Amino acid sequence: MSLNKTLKDMDYLLNEAPREKHFITGAQAMAEAVKRANVDMAIAYPITPQSEVMHLVGDIYAQGHIKEYYRAEEELGTMSAIAGAARAGVRLFTATSGPGLLRGLEAIVSWPGHRVPCVLGVLTRVINAPLSIQPDNLEMAYLMHSGIVMLHAENQQDTFDMTLAAFAITEKVDVYIPVSVSTEGFFVTHAKGYVNMMSEELAFTENDPYHAPVPAMDNEVPPARIQRDAPVQKSNFMSYLIHSVWQQEIWDSNRRAMKYIYQYVGGPIEVTNPGAKVMLVASGCAAAQAREANRYAQEEGLDVGFVKVRAIRPWPKKEIQDALKGSKAIIVPEHNIVGWLCKEVQASIPNSGDVIEGPRVYGGMTLPVELIMTEIYDALGMDSLVLQA
Amino acid sequence: MSKKITVGPVGYMPQSAPSMGVELSPEGKALLYGNIVEEKEAMRDAAKALLTMKNPTIFPGPQVLWDWRDDVADKSAAILELASEIPGCKIIPMPDYRPKYPKIDVKAEINPNHPNLTILDNKIKACVFIGVHCHYANLSLRMIRAGTDCYTIAMCAMMGHEEAMASLRDVHADNILAFRDVVVEVRNELGIEHTATMPPENPSLPKEDWGSLTPADYGEYRSLIMSRKGEHVAEVE
Repeated sequence: MSLNKTLKDMDYLLNEAPREKHFITGAQAMAEAVKRANVDMAIAYPITPQSEVMHLVGDIYAQGHIKEYYRAEEELGTMSAIAGAARAGVRLFTATSGPGLLRGLEAIVSWPGHRVPCVLGVLTRVINAPLSIQPDNLEMAYLMHSGIVMLHAENQQDTFDMTLAAFAITEKVDVYIPVSVSTEGFFVTHAKGYVNMMSEELAFTENDPYHAPVPAMDNEVPPARIQRDAPVQKSNFMSYLIHSVWQQEIWDSNRRAMKYIYQYVGGPIEVTNPGAKVMLVASGCAAAQAREANRYAQEEGLDVGFVKVRAIRPWPKKEIQDALKGSKAIIVPEHNIVGWLCKEVQASIPNSGDVIEGPRVYGGMTLPVELIMTEIYDALGMDSLVLQA
Repeated sequence: MSKKITVGPVGYMPQSAPSMGVELSPEGKALLYGNIVEEKEAMRDAAKALLTMKNPTIFPGPQVLWDWRDDVADKSAAILELASEIPGCKIIPMPDYRPKYPKIDVKAEINPNHPNLTILDNKIKACVFIGVHCHYANLSLRMIRAGTDCYTIAMCAMMGHEEAMASLRDVHADNILAFRDVVVEVRNELGIEHTATMPPENPSLPKEDWGSLTPADYGEYRSLIMSRKGEHVAEVE
């Protein structure tokens, strides 16, 4: 680090360091987390709405908070460069949005198998034609089967805290796979909210690339002077078996991240009124709207509860089961057309028929609280038109 | 104690230990058959396996084969001391992680991409992994559990391994010597008489004769050692 910062472990940074309140955008919050993460290298290719984040990361590189930064040729090149840089044992950050994520996906899905520790910001954006730069989070559905750890930020504060925590989680020796922090483009990235941040004079302790489950490619140090990722493409049983147990290891590493999600981000879910008759389950920006709908419901004395899902991968199946036990209707508001969160919830509980598939908005549409309230009234057998009047 | 992780073979497509609910032990504890136990309990079970099962073998990995850190020489010396106290113990290294094509010399080495070949050919019924990077140790231990009846012991410098029957974590030279003491203790309890003996030389390794090497000996890697046109290589490692 070129600046004279005080290096601290992540527990101190997140839980003990004094904080000051700032009024900043989600993009600023992500960049401010990167500033405090002692990042060695950032690589990215610009795409709206991510470009705001990486522009700010470029600024903090210029200020000396990051050792190296460059704009790659496109996203596949970006994500491939991240994989290459990880082999040299440096701490890495990149970010992208919608179509950029899909363009880089070939490299991204290889990261966990290559045991690449890095943090990926996903500032969500429409991926379908016709072209649109507006927010929905359909691209996260494609990331869910890649093996990487996925956190979903509700607001600017989450974006800051989760991004910072992600750097600690990804470098744990029993995890050592990438951690993504997603949040909705524009709704969070370009909107301001209050964010409590520790001093920028503090930074995360240095990365130790030798405290790793795989050797760093240091040609001066013998244990690393070996091929790391075996080409196991031979057509025989042994090569198939090594690939199968390797795939298992990716998902085992993902599973092991759960204890660190508890340690650093307060657990994979947040629950209000567990066991209520109607439960709202949401992640990201939709969680902010569901939280508000839950507040309305409490004011009206309705038997409603709320589950905010912070971790999409590893998926908190048991936690979700416990939180929804006894509920009669489960409403899953989402910012995408396919309802990937809804499908996860349905697959996690015995009473999947009680899950109401929606409300869903997409293509850049906002998610009015009234849409969620209507579902609540319907679920409770109330006349929503009368009540809203 | 119910055994979550047992000696194999568990079958064609092994289920991973973490997916079966096995979690790594916290500091100061160990794993035994997938359960969190006191270190001494795991050490005693592992020692008994090494003393009573056929062809006990230690598999040292790159992190203890190369003297690249201050503590490696001490650790390697401790491994030799441990081996010397186990009757009939062999040492077969895992020098790197490349798959060995077209065929591995199973008497000379073990490889994470097909570790069961070395285990099966040498009829190894108890083994120790030490100095192998965690990712490759996890792969190997799972494949061994899938296809062999070998009792596996992980002596890990970091957090341990769910797949091993006995997993010791934060293992450094002192811990290896402590395990050696447990081996001697259990050996005496079992009434096994033994005089400390160094393991035999690796029988498959030919006498090193670098003078007769030709590029053909390097197979697909020969291009890496061929000098470029006009280049004169005066020194080699």
